[in-house]
Amino acid sequence: TGDSSYSYSLTTFSRSGKLLQIEYALTAVSEGKTALGIKAKNGVVLCTDKKLGSRLVDSAGVKKLEKLTENCGLVYAGVGPDYRVLVAKARKQAQQYALTYGEQKPVKGLVQDLAAVMQEYTQSGGVRPFGVSLLVAGYDDEGPHLYQVDPSGAYYGWKASAIGKNYKNARSFLEKRYSDDVELDDAIHTALLTMREGFEGEMNQHNIELAIIGDNDMLFKTLSPQELKDYLDEAN
Amino acid sequence: MSIMEHNGAAMIAMAGADCVAIAADTRFGLRQQTVAVDFEKVFRMTDKTYVGFGGLATDVQTLRAALRFRLSTYELKEERVMKPKAFANLLSHVLYEKRFGPYFVEPIVAGLDDDGKPFLCGMDLIGAPVFCGDYVVSGTCTPNLNGMCEALWRPDMTPDELFEAISQCLLASVDRDALSGWGAIVHVITKDGVTSKRLKGRMD
Repeated sequence: TGDSSYSYSLTTFSRSGKLLQIEYALTAVSEGKTALGIKAKNGVVLCTDKKLGSRLVDSAGVKKLEKLTENCGLVYAGVGPDYRVLVAKARKQAQQYALTYGEQKPVKGLVQDLAAVMQEYTQSGGVRPFGVSLLVAGYDDEGPHLYQVDPSGAYYGWKASAIGKNYKNARSFLEKRYSDDVELDDAIHTALLTMREGFEGEMNQHNIELAIIGDNDMLFKTLSPQELKDYLDEAN
Repeated sequence: MSIMEHNGAAMIAMAGADCVAIAADTRFGLRQQTVAVDFEKVFRMTDKTYVGFGGLATDVQTLRAALRFRLSTYELKEERVMKPKAFANLLSHVLYEKRFGPYFVEPIVAGLDDDGKPFLCGMDLIGAPVFCGDYVVSGTCTPNLNGMCEALWRPDMTPDELFEAISQCLLASVDRDALSGWGAIVHVITKDGVTSKRLKGRMD
């Protein structure tokens, strides 16, 4: 890991038993744009704020929700370039698995791979932790999944979660609204409402990104602006 | 003489109605000399997946150990049992990794998938798989085995019928091959479990 000639880790324990680099990474994450995920009984939805810096930015080139395999995708909060490295590594590992076993890697396995890489960067020579938290959504033989992975490499299974700037408010909003038997369409609705809660300015189909994976086809797909607009109109 | 014929083997895997059977001789020989009559060539990978290796005996044993390693780590990591098709793909991968210095074995895989449907697969020594719905064979008397199976196999056999058919195929085939025979074992796999029986055949 890392082509550095450092043989010692830059992430070391403080006297009080903390790994400050990881704490600082988590701070970087909570400065990042909000992302949230909700697991329904027949699918999962991921959503994030895609607000662009200025109207000169070409939004077509900005993509935060990425596919890992046909039935699994993810989103992040924090440092975008770090995210891209993780996505590339996880995709490669997923394909390696498919080559060996002739079947898709289970979502939990993909999450564990990501978590292992992130942990590696807290204990290897000359590297720093990744400045992102991830929300991974997938659908496999065991049903729908939603996982969060943190810079430390810790991972959690969630029914619903939020990361990034507004995560505390978003999480309490979700806590009130979540129920175990929620359907995917309701989850999309709830995701949009939650997103709007902490949104600065007007939320529309161009400044958010949303993806779903449902039990009808078990494919991770990002909604087009038109599809998003339909859902947003319903939510209004 | 070919390295694949140094030890000698004969094996068949056959599909029935919601059941599979896999059978092999139990001879271990060094060219013409028979050294053991209780040499296992068919191994349980999971409750629903069995594999048989014909070919060089040392590679039979080494591959068995290597696959056991792969399966155990898989089951611990994934907290689930490997499916027959995934196992076949893994085996193909393991064999191709040694493309330019291969294991001298030609495996056959027999299993039941999650729906209880039979899964059969034969492979060459560098991992090229062929998936069949009726039977697959391997060993030093494959012309005999193929001929017998073609004659005796029919679709949708019950476990008892399958046992009878695979046993007759194997026993008749090894009697015209000097390097295989000297005992045989048959495993019949159904959703309720596996029954294993040793066949009484000519010990010559």
